[in-house]
Amino acid sequence: MKLIRRRVQTYLPAIILFVSALVGWELAVRTFDIKGFILPSPSAVANAFSEQWPELLTAGRGTFLSALAGLGLGAFMAILVAMSASRWESVREGVMPLAIAANSTPIVVLAPVANSWFGLLSPWSSIVVVAVLVFFPIMINLVRGLLSTHPNQLELMDSYASSGSKTLWSVRMPGALPHLFSAFKVAAPLSLIGAIVKEYFGGSQERLGQYITLKAGLFQFEEAWAAIVLASAFGIALYLSISWIERKVIPWHASMRSA
Amino acid sequence: MSGTAAAVAMSGVGVTFGAGRPNAVTALEGIDLTIQPGEFVSLIGPSGCGKSTLLRVVADLLSPSSGEVRLGDRSASEARANRDYGMVFQSATLLDWRKILANVELPLEIMGFDPDERRARAREMLELVRLSEFEDHYPWQLSGGMQQRVAIARALSFKPSILLMDEPFGALDEMTREHMQMELLNIWQTTGTTVIFVTHSIPEAVFLSTRVVVMSPRPGRITDLIDIDLGLPRRFETRENQQFFELITSVREALRRVDPAVSEPWG
Repeated sequence: MKLIRRRVQTYLPAIILFVSALVGWELAVRTFDIKGFILPSPSAVANAFSEQWPELLTAGRGTFLSALAGLGLGAFMAILVAMSASRWESVREGVMPLAIAANSTPIVVLAPVANSWFGLLSPWSSIVVVAVLVFFPIMINLVRGLLSTHPNQLELMDSYASSGSKTLWSVRMPGALPHLFSAFKVAAPLSLIGAIVKEYFGGSQERLGQYITLKAGLFQFEEAWAAIVLASAFGIALYLSISWIERKVIPWHASMRSA
Repeated sequence: MSGTAAAVAMSGVGVTFGAGRPNAVTALEGIDLTIQPGEFVSLIGPSGCGKSTLLRVVADLLSPSSGEVRLGDRSASEARANRDYGMVFQSATLLDWRKILANVELPLEIMGFDPDERRARAREMLELVRLSEFEDHYPWQLSGGMQQRVAIARALSFKPSILLMDEPFGALDEMTREHMQMELLNIWQTTGTTVIFVTHSIPEAVFLSTRVVVMSPRPGRITDLIDIDLGLPRRFETRENQQFFELITSVREALRRVDPAVSEPWG
């Protein structure tokens, strides 16, 4: 009970702010008679949400799954490259400058051309855009984590004549996990951005990006907004899942120690 | 070689950092030191005298530029591969993500002991340092002194014949420190381990050791070997003993000869 009360107290200001923003928005739309194509009222969006629920669910699921698959593929590649870059200096010197340069480019500009790589309807065009987008932040963060192992810990492992791979799995990798989770928290919203932006440029009709462009083209902005709300719900859900896994996996880390 | 080999034998050990460059630093020069099995030897000297460097050379964590180190009848690198020594650093260097028991098990895991044996040995070592009830805690939940005791348990877990300690109590308060010294002496006497102990505290070196090695800086050399014949076991009262003070005085005078700046009495 105490815990619930404390939780409520923690989130109460945010909840109050959120609810009053919604109420203010609704009132503003009604008082100033703002047109729906500029800003539909929350009630109109909620209405569209419930009417369009089956279509939204299909589109949302398709988009979410390609974002998730792309995140998985990109993360897998990033972890492999980061591990070899941390192990071999030559790999690091070859790969890191390019990775940093690539990380500074807006990779999402690839979206329009991705369709011509794999075909308009292939799920791979979305997956690859997302994978490329999330690859660099995950890889760079993980390399930093793997290389920031405390020298004393490495000396300790040396004193046991530990093998390189044992040191990697017992010391470098666990020590880098906080970096990896930070990277995932950056990459999760990126994966949805990548997937939706790619869909703006074509692809299956049953995807959020196509749904939004279609509805906006038909001046059905309530429905476009409903899709936007769904996309942010997916983003928040993904972020919270990562935080939850983080708490389970690295309870020992200073950032996880609750009072 | 016969079974009467010295526990550690250093001959003509020198270490130069950045050899051949204009800013090369000679950290150690012409170190000859032989340590018999079961001895407790402290290395003492002002900062920069290379005592920690010498310990790293013995541990084969650093290769000497000249000379040779042997541990028993093995070279330093063979001894490291054979896990002949356990090392304790100034910071406890526990792995944050492992609970206390798992931290003590770490070397046993690397050495391929089976899980049951690992657990049993780690528990035995935690008992030795009287931390059994903390085996399920994370390192950050323990005080600095307790963490250092875990580090000692970990170094002893695989029963090495030599214990190398690099200012292990340097970060502890005086009370905890004296307490840890008694515990270390008990462990040393029950296990029969050979100990090389780096410190910059004169009373600590005298209280713990059977022999104190005094070193001078720039370049690091051995200037005095002082036998500490205080008898065993050392007790709380040993610190109040007249002979204890006399030995402290002779170590301090030896240190003053190598570096006149050494004047702080309890350094």
